[in-house]
Amino acid sequence: MIGTLFNRMTASLTKTRDSLIGGIRRMVSARGTISADALEDIEYALLAADVGTGTTKRLLENITKRIAADRYESIDEFMELFKDEVARVLRSTASSVDEKGKVGIANAPRPYIILVVGVNGSGKTTTIGKLAYRYKSEGLSVLLGAADTFRAGANEQLERWARRAGAEMVRQERGADPGSVAFDAVQSARSRGVDVVLIDTAGRLHTSVNLMEELRKIRRVISKVMPDAPHEVLLVLDAATGQNGLQQARQFSEAAGVTGVVLTKLDGTAKGGIVLAVGHELGIPVRYVGVGEDPEDLQPFVPQTFVDALFAQT
Amino acid sequence: MFQTLTEKLEAVFKKLRGQGKITEENVAESLREVRRVLLDADVNLHVAREFIDKVQKRAVGREVLASITPGQQIIKIIHDELVSLLGVSKTDIVEAHEPPTVVLVVGLQGSGKTTFSAKLARFLKGRGRNPLLVAADVYRPAAVDQLVTLGKQLDLPVYSEAGEDAVGIAARSVDFARRHVRDTVIIDTAGRMHVDDAMMNEIAEIKAKTRPHEILFVADAMTGQDAVNTARAFHDRLDFDGVVLTKMDGDSRGGAALSIRAVVHKPIKFIGVGEKLDALEAFHPDRIASRILGMGDIVGLVEKAQEKIDQEKAQRLGEKLRSAQFTLTDFLDQLREVRNMGPLDQVLGMIPGMNRIPAGAQVNEGALTRTEAIIQSMTIEERKRPSIINGSRRKRIAAGSGTTVQEVNRLLKQFEDMQKMMKKLSKGGLKRAMSRL
Repeated sequence: MIGTLFNRMTASLTKTRDSLIGGIRRMVSARGTISADALEDIEYALLAADVGTGTTKRLLENITKRIAADRYESIDEFMELFKDEVARVLRSTASSVDEKGKVGIANAPRPYIILVVGVNGSGKTTTIGKLAYRYKSEGLSVLLGAADTFRAGANEQLERWARRAGAEMVRQERGADPGSVAFDAVQSARSRGVDVVLIDTAGRLHTSVNLMEELRKIRRVISKVMPDAPHEVLLVLDAATGQNGLQQARQFSEAAGVTGVVLTKLDGTAKGGIVLAVGHELGIPVRYVGVGEDPEDLQPFVPQTFVDALFAQT
Repeated sequence: MFQTLTEKLEAVFKKLRGQGKITEENVAESLREVRRVLLDADVNLHVAREFIDKVQKRAVGREVLASITPGQQIIKIIHDELVSLLGVSKTDIVEAHEPPTVVLVVGLQGSGKTTFSAKLARFLKGRGRNPLLVAADVYRPAAVDQLVTLGKQLDLPVYSEAGEDAVGIAARSVDFARRHVRDTVIIDTAGRMHVDDAMMNEIAEIKAKTRPHEILFVADAMTGQDAVNTARAFHDRLDFDGVVLTKMDGDSRGGAALSIRAVVHKPIKFIGVGEKLDALEAFHPDRIASRILGMGDIVGLVEKAQEKIDQEKAQRLGEKLRSAQFTLTDFLDQLREVRNMGPLDQVLGMIPGMNRIPAGAQVNEGALTRTEAIIQSMTIEERKRPSIINGSRRKRIAAGSGTTVQEVNRLLKQFEDMQKMMKKLSKGGLKRAMSRL
């Protein structure tokens, strides 16, 4: 199980590794010493992966310091040091992944309420569908709350996923108050004894004051039914997102108290380097990565695995 | 907190002035700052590098050395260069000699194709055309439902079929349009990854079967470095005619616009600025250039102001500002003018530096209403000479406006600060302060 998971992660992240690290490795081994040029090339690789100028600068400063203090003998050793620097950023964000690579909720309260937020088109509904599928396959009962009452066809889209995953669904007509849908979802999950509730919200740009206020309200309404809920607030980030991703994470955290990130669309050529910046600046961990359209293409994000896959020998 | 590029460059050049001479190396230092700004705006690394080389060639020597404020001069060069790279404003959709005109809408998942298709249909309908919307996204659950709903909203027909034959649906929709006298067919296709061969083959086949007159590539304005890869891949395969940038109503700096332009040289035709179906605008290179440089959309602000502000009043206000005779009555007038311009967050977003203010910190409309109430609870005399407002007057004003003394104090303090600033500006500094924007 762990083996297959690791293999899948490795395979899906090969592209990321190839472009991010492959370049570094080639150039480092060719030169043998870490010159200013080499550092510049590492900087280039990080920036090309959307890590951003701030976090890149920090990583380079740290590695320069460490080289000065620790010294390295071989290229491999240098790569280990650098790898460790990157891992440190990801590790500093505590993750709730257990030893089986599952984002465990075994000891969590029931129903376990997950609120899913993000900008338009980041992949919220698809992520919810995949999550529902995942929890169902773990033998848990799942209820979907269709609180995206704005976008045309949102209810129908979620309904298809609910049917596919075998989950229940609570919905109202289009244009209804999303807070009221969230309320209904949590309420009926309680009375029906459901294990996991996934609440979909309409995509919204983090710059829209009113829509962010609406999100606050949804959160408040949920905690009225269940004071400690939502137990998880997932921000869905498109891997192709540039530096704006940091601002998204900041604003959504401020409004909805984001507890984790889902990095979607990692199966393209985008690197998703922005999660390094998000982890570094805001300390928000990545929970899952989306690597395809199939239900099983949502995988738990394991920092160590991510970094190992990132730096694995080809 | 937020420094504009101009300020940063001025700081770089300030150092230089002390040293006396501006060398190529010194220019390079300022260009490193420019590079960082471009990267922060998500301009692709290669594109940024090429761009800076170009600017450097133009900047070193003549222009910079001759200039009194080299920072501003460089900004001007950069801005001009950006504008010329970004191309021209162009929103025409070709009309086929023999209708129907076929428009194919393509892009990655979640870029906003369906919403754009509906917006385009509305736009063309407004220009007297009779569009048919085609739901060729057979993969995303309920994508067809979404388009059908939008079509209903626009009172426009939507062609759809059950089943997964996207190529067939697209091809048959053109016949359908011919039979039903629709002069423009807008085909909304499924989002696809540029690395997905099967899906890219499908879109190529749709192109071959429908022979579109216009292919529009829809891209998310928040895209980072990867924008060049996707644009190039779609372009290699489809040779698209134009680009649509969506979600421009956010605070992304939109460097993707430059990246895409640089690799495919096709015009950016529209920008999407909201979820409503009328939130579609023409692309203005100069505004995007300012935005990429973090300078705010001054042109847009000025246009909006010209549209809404009473010119005569504005002129009178300008005079008062210059002579530092600005009173609370003027302040109230100004407040109302600003509110007339539309939702505050939109207006503020156009002001340089303000676009970075976190949403939570934005001025809210409620605060404005209270400010208005406070000023209205003052006597004419008090509005002219706020210095006479003593403790008991403050209590009366607070009670009259339904606010607290603290709030009244805060307003008076703000106004005082403003007056101080005006005085400073009127002492010959106005021009300089304005040009610093």
